[in-house]
Amino acid sequence: MSTASVANHGAAHDHGDHEHHDNFVTKYIFSQDHKMIAKQYLVTGMFWALLGGFLSVLFRLQLGFPEMDMSFLRPILGGWIDETGHLDPTFYLALVTMHGTIMVFFVLTAGLSGTFSNFLIPLQIGARDMASGFMNMLSYWLFFLSGVIMFISLFLKTGPASGGWVVYPPLSALEQAIPGSGLGMTLWLVAMTFFIASSLMGGINYITTVINLRTKGMSFSKLPLTIWAFFLTAVIGLLSFPVLFAAALLLVFDRSFGTSFYLSDIYIGGEALPNTGGSPVLYQHLFWFLGHPEVYIVLLPALGITSEVIATNSRKPIFGYKAMIISLLGITVLSFVVWAHHMFVSGMNPFLGSIFMFLTLIIAVPSAVKVFNYLTTLWRGNLIFTPAMLFSIGLVSFFISGGLTGIFLGSSAIDIQLHDTYFVVAHFHLVMGSASFFGMIAGVYHWFPKMFGRMMDAKLGYIHFWITFVGVYMVFFPMHYIGIAGFPRRYYTFTNFDFTNMYTDLNMFVSVAAIITFAAQFIFLFNFFYSMYKGRKATLNPWQSNTLEWTTPLHPGHGNWPGEIPSVYRWPYDYSKPGAEEDFIPQTVPLSATPESNLPHEQELVKVELEIMKEEEDVLVSNEAKH
Amino acid sequence: MYGFLIGVGVLLIFSIIWMVYRIQTLVSVVKGSDKKIASGSNKVNAILFIVFLVGTSILMFWYSIKEFHNYQLPIASEHGVVTDRLFWVTMAITGVVFLITHVLLFIFPYKYQYSEKRKASFYPDNNKLEVIWTIVPGIVLAGLVISGWMAWSDITAPAPENAHTVEIMGYQFAWEVRYPGKDNVLGDYDYRLITATNSHGIDFTDKNAIDDFPSPVVVIPKGEPVLFKIRARDVLHSVFSPHMRLKMDAVPGMPTRFWFVPTKTTAEMRIETGNPDFQYEIACTEICGRGHFSMRKIIEVVEPEAYQKWYAEQKSFIQMNPSLAAGLPSETKEVAEIQLSEK
Repeated sequence: MSTASVANHGAAHDHGDHEHHDNFVTKYIFSQDHKMIAKQYLVTGMFWALLGGFLSVLFRLQLGFPEMDMSFLRPILGGWIDETGHLDPTFYLALVTMHGTIMVFFVLTAGLSGTFSNFLIPLQIGARDMASGFMNMLSYWLFFLSGVIMFISLFLKTGPASGGWVVYPPLSALEQAIPGSGLGMTLWLVAMTFFIASSLMGGINYITTVINLRTKGMSFSKLPLTIWAFFLTAVIGLLSFPVLFAAALLLVFDRSFGTSFYLSDIYIGGEALPNTGGSPVLYQHLFWFLGHPEVYIVLLPALGITSEVIATNSRKPIFGYKAMIISLLGITVLSFVVWAHHMFVSGMNPFLGSIFMFLTLIIAVPSAVKVFNYLTTLWRGNLIFTPAMLFSIGLVSFFISGGLTGIFLGSSAIDIQLHDTYFVVAHFHLVMGSASFFGMIAGVYHWFPKMFGRMMDAKLGYIHFWITFVGVYMVFFPMHYIGIAGFPRRYYTFTNFDFTNMYTDLNMFVSVAAIITFAAQFIFLFNFFYSMYKGRKATLNPWQSNTLEWTTPLHPGHGNWPGEIPSVYRWPYDYSKPGAEEDFIPQTVPLSATPESNLPHEQELVKVELEIMKEEEDVLVSNEAKH
Repeated sequence: MYGFLIGVGVLLIFSIIWMVYRIQTLVSVVKGSDKKIASGSNKVNAILFIVFLVGTSILMFWYSIKEFHNYQLPIASEHGVVTDRLFWVTMAITGVVFLITHVLLFIFPYKYQYSEKRKASFYPDNNKLEVIWTIVPGIVLAGLVISGWMAWSDITAPAPENAHTVEIMGYQFAWEVRYPGKDNVLGDYDYRLITATNSHGIDFTDKNAIDDFPSPVVVIPKGEPVLFKIRARDVLHSVFSPHMRLKMDAVPGMPTRFWFVPTKTTAEMRIETGNPDFQYEIACTEICGRGHFSMRKIIEVVEPEAYQKWYAEQKSFIQMNPSLAAGLPSETKEVAEIQLSEK
């Protein structure tokens, strides 16, 4: 897409006729426009979120109402509901496995990073598109393919992968151990391979774009925190996803070609397997080398989004911009050296446990700094509660609640009791699941006007927020209690043990809360699709925000800005600057244009700025003279 | 019938949402509030944060106190006292942080809700504050790390010489238990020797294996160190004994261990809990397949004298099933036969 042809399209056009030479296929399906690809990711992510949520409702029914007659689910689940109307225990495991896989990878990795990195990176750094539009398109379609394969695996007679989302061998390697480890697991591995390829292509694109395609004046120290977060997320993904691929590849070898990377001394199904010398713990190390950074792949974009949303709607600069970046960098680096805290009781050397406990608790420091900075940003702000803002505040709440329980789990001695109990479930569902989910939703509410040129309905957004916010706490907070009581994860029923033969009322409560929370998401879906066509027309900068994306036309065409890409003169958080008339100064306003509000050090920059602008003008004039 | 009712319900919900939506849109257009930066909803949301803060706090404190005796399982091991103390110290520290941050997080929205008359204060950074709230959590966490690390080192230190060894083997979907017998040494095993009668795969050519004996429950003495030698036969399992505050994965091909000192006998615990049927239990906490939720084993903690008596009465594998000794090399066979003739 050349600059010139973009420039010909004015902002006044209605959507749909920007790309005269684009047909339906190149515009909506095999699009190379980052905005369309972002929407594709978003809608696909929403589909997966619904499916993943639905699966969780199914197993919550089992946990909350173990006696319930589930025959009415037979039209969907068929043989997985037995003659007595109960859920099959193997399928229960398949449900939790698929719920985890779908939510972690398809929703919170692809749905979140894929949507907002794609949508916002070019728009906020001032680029026409991603560095490689083609690779970007490929990234989406590999993700789509991966999803198709994973989806198909749900319908296998032997069921999809059922060994937990971590798919630890030998369980995941041996069909004899659980039926889902047959074809279901094969499809899981194939799907994940495509997913990894998709992530890498996306990640390479994000990194290259941020490094190379920033507009004039957009130095790294003027990048919005969203972009910092997306950038570092992509770096983490690029470094860790290949390790998951290695882990998966070795698992494929063990499953299909008789190797013994992870298998040793196994007697199953009445026969002793020939494998010796492998180590299941090796897989855990490899898996968590991705698995832990993955938590931050999921979380950092959400933190980036909320930084932007909170600053904008507090009408205040984000507090400690540099400290926020340093925290992000700290989290990025540390995320690679804490993985074995998932393995304190895996049988690995206890000395390693000490090291990883130390490293894990260090990572709490930058996280704490981020929370304090959010709080200080709210302090003495002028807060506007848009739905995006509400969800961002909700995210901070989850981040605190779930982050604090991480301190328990990161301490190896305490983790002995809590490992693989509902305490862990509560912890990560709050800190990574719900927090990231809220970040994603906040992003949708905030950037919907830029995506579709219309506003989502705020009141429905409020209702959606309050039901979801209260609902999430009602689902996950009680899990701390049953976790402290020692209830193990991934249990089909709790009646087999004396120590778990209680809290049936609490489990019922959790299930009801889960169903209500899930149902509330349909309010959002309605709001989303209805507003897409019938929502109020958005203004160009509905939130009065400083970042570059709001300088584009209402329906930006492929290329984003008609004519020149605007230059950037200041950081993105000049909100409520003393002396300024408005309570926001977009990044495109030169410092020289706002002498009344410039801070002393900025006043000095004005001279430099003016010199540069003059030089540029000279160049322009001389260029024109040549023609 | 169910399907029909659900369908009607869903339809009703949708139509209600739809009507609410239309009505409030029209109302907001009439009032002109859709043009404002912050409508009346801003105040409602600000108040709801306070309501949420108060409501959930009450709920949390009420339930935490009411249910304390239920979720706080009595501790039955020496190290359990230490880890539980760490747990509650951490709970106190994080609890304070939790409350303070949440009070601020929900009060700020109320206090600083939008007003056209006010302008937010431009307060972009303060290095002193940043340093303070980097260093303070750092110091607190260092304290937690050090105390946690000391506990962890003690717990994972090698078992004392006099520890009573018990082998626990996980398989789909149960545990099997083996004691080392009189010689206090467990015999070798090899997974290739596993048969219907030799489910442990014990290598009876090893003399140490001759007096090894099985047990349907894990019997251990109170007040003396016990070493669990843990292994798995097929997939990963994890030995979890909640009252003992004990957890360790069972890994095929890689034996693991966990030692501890039980402090209360089963009988004492029955009195403490007021439950005459109380049993210490072992559960599996590593997903292992269809029967993951049902891998129960009972631990019986008894007085040391009772333990010695029980230990001496147990019959070895070979005594229970002499055919296991068949085909052994003559030297080992002799030992086995002597043992058989003893009783």
